[in-house]
Amino acid sequence: MKILVCISNVPDTTTKIKFTEGNRSIDTAGIQWVINPWDELSLTRALELKDDPANGIKSVTVAHVGPGSSEPTIRKALAIGADDGIRINSESADAYYVAAQLAEVIKKEHFDIVLCGIESSDFNGSMVGGMISEYLGIPSVSAVSGIKIENGQPILIREIDGGKEVVSVPAPFVAIVQKGIAKEPRIAAMRGIMMTRTKPVKVFEPVAAEPLTEITIFEKPAPRTACKFIDAENPAQLIELLQNEAKVI
Amino acid sequence: MSVLVYTENWEGKFKKLTFELVSYASEIAKMVNSSVTAVSIGKVDETELRKLGNYGAAKIISIENNHLSTLDNQAYAIVLGEIAQKETASVIVLSNNNTGKAVAPRLSVRLKAGIGSGVSKLPLSIIPFTLYKRTYSGNAFAHVVIKSEIKILTLAQNSFSLIETGSSATIVKMDIPVDSYLIKTKVNDVHKQTGRILLTDADVVVSGGRGMKSPDNWAPLVELASVLGGATACSRPVSDEGWRPHEEHTGQTGKIIAPNLYIAVGISGATQHLAGISSSRYIVAINTDKDAPIFEAAQYGIVGDAMKVLPKLVTAVKELKK
Repeated sequence: MKILVCISNVPDTTTKIKFTEGNRSIDTAGIQWVINPWDELSLTRALELKDDPANGIKSVTVAHVGPGSSEPTIRKALAIGADDGIRINSESADAYYVAAQLAEVIKKEHFDIVLCGIESSDFNGSMVGGMISEYLGIPSVSAVSGIKIENGQPILIREIDGGKEVVSVPAPFVAIVQKGIAKEPRIAAMRGIMMTRTKPVKVFEPVAAEPLTEITIFEKPAPRTACKFIDAENPAQLIELLQNEAKVI
Repeated sequence: MSVLVYTENWEGKFKKLTFELVSYASEIAKMVNSSVTAVSIGKVDETELRKLGNYGAAKIISIENNHLSTLDNQAYAIVLGEIAQKETASVIVLSNNNTGKAVAPRLSVRLKAGIGSGVSKLPLSIIPFTLYKRTYSGNAFAHVVIKSEIKILTLAQNSFSLIETGSSATIVKMDIPVDSYLIKTKVNDVHKQTGRILLTDADVVVSGGRGMKSPDNWAPLVELASVLGGATACSRPVSDEGWRPHEEHTGQTGKIIAPNLYIAVGISGATQHLAGISSSRYIVAINTDKDAPIFEAAQYGIVGDAMKVLPKLVTAVKELKK
């Protein structure tokens, strides 16, 4: 079986977000780019599955939609342990556009399991994975918090409102992955970093696809009101404020 | 033309989030001069279905098909897509919960309809169709224009108030044939959480961080949640340490919640944690460190030892409820 992990790059979570061009785009100066946390966990789990020969995973590939400047993101994934990479040479216009690009590559390269993070920490859309599966007309399972291979058959755990389900779908399929899929993201070891240069990265040109959405302007969140402090010796006062002032209890 | 809303049920019953969705859809219907059609999939009795009318649904399409008792994302997208076309839907509303996130993107490609996901407000304008959306995990908000003819919106839970209209709806039973071979998802096992309020449904959430010092110290926190009729949550280090189950982890990579009241106990308030709770209406912080960043996000704060403060809060709430 061949696994594809779709990765996007996002500003490091501690980055202070600033805007440029009249708040129409984000100021990329000084931003530390990292692999989207959910994608990083997907990659970790894919590599864990490959580690056990009994699972029969032949290769783990990463795919990313981005211009040449985003190549370090792919190299980082290769250093962590992915076998090869695919870059679709384009800026990402919106989720619909990105999913169209990834779907096209999957059609050409054939993968059995496609893993996508449930959202990216920049646009928080939760869309790309599901869109890819519909473009390809293959099954998708969302909110996946566990995946294993049993007798050659992938078994998934998906979160539902108020519980979990153990499900299976025939390959090829897209699993949209969330917290729980792997414990800690795997980090690149020196050997992995050394090998990165020898691993292939295929570059594809984008196919025509029309974005359906457009961000016109960004805003900073409204500042919160100052905190009202209550004496630790008299916490009952808090309960009174919550009841009479905030009216939430 | 209609505004279509997918009304999910849980063992035949709707919950608050369903009514939030219908209220939201009906406000949008007013903006676009249209009416609301609710779609229910699964066995829901007529009394329950009628409740949707009270929040502004004009028509309710009820589909009871045994093949759809399992959530198969592909099949659900086909069924909802077909109804959207029959009803000439211009806007489709789903929840931004697990089901909505699973189905909406597939529906988007099927209908070539742009998505505004996780919205918590009505559109800023109809022409162009502009949404207000949380981005960068709550560190920024964006105006997003959907350019396609059909628009899909997924509504964040607990973000829109219920609006009762007192009106009633027409119920239409519809049979959409779904071939069994189409259902690819096989459920082998189900584990349900019972007897407790779900974190994502809770109006009040009491959450503990590493400042709680030990998993043995959780009893007063759990008791406070219980007397307030709320749910318990925790920060990432706490779930990573295995002090609490990972389902309780709220934060950027955990659950994103928006209760009316979030009480953070012994949580310093790292950016990643705030990303999961910043949409709460009121945040209360209890922390020994007066400089902890959580106090910048909170409206009410107590600088003090949780182990001393929590039991007193429990007593005060019990007094109040007498």
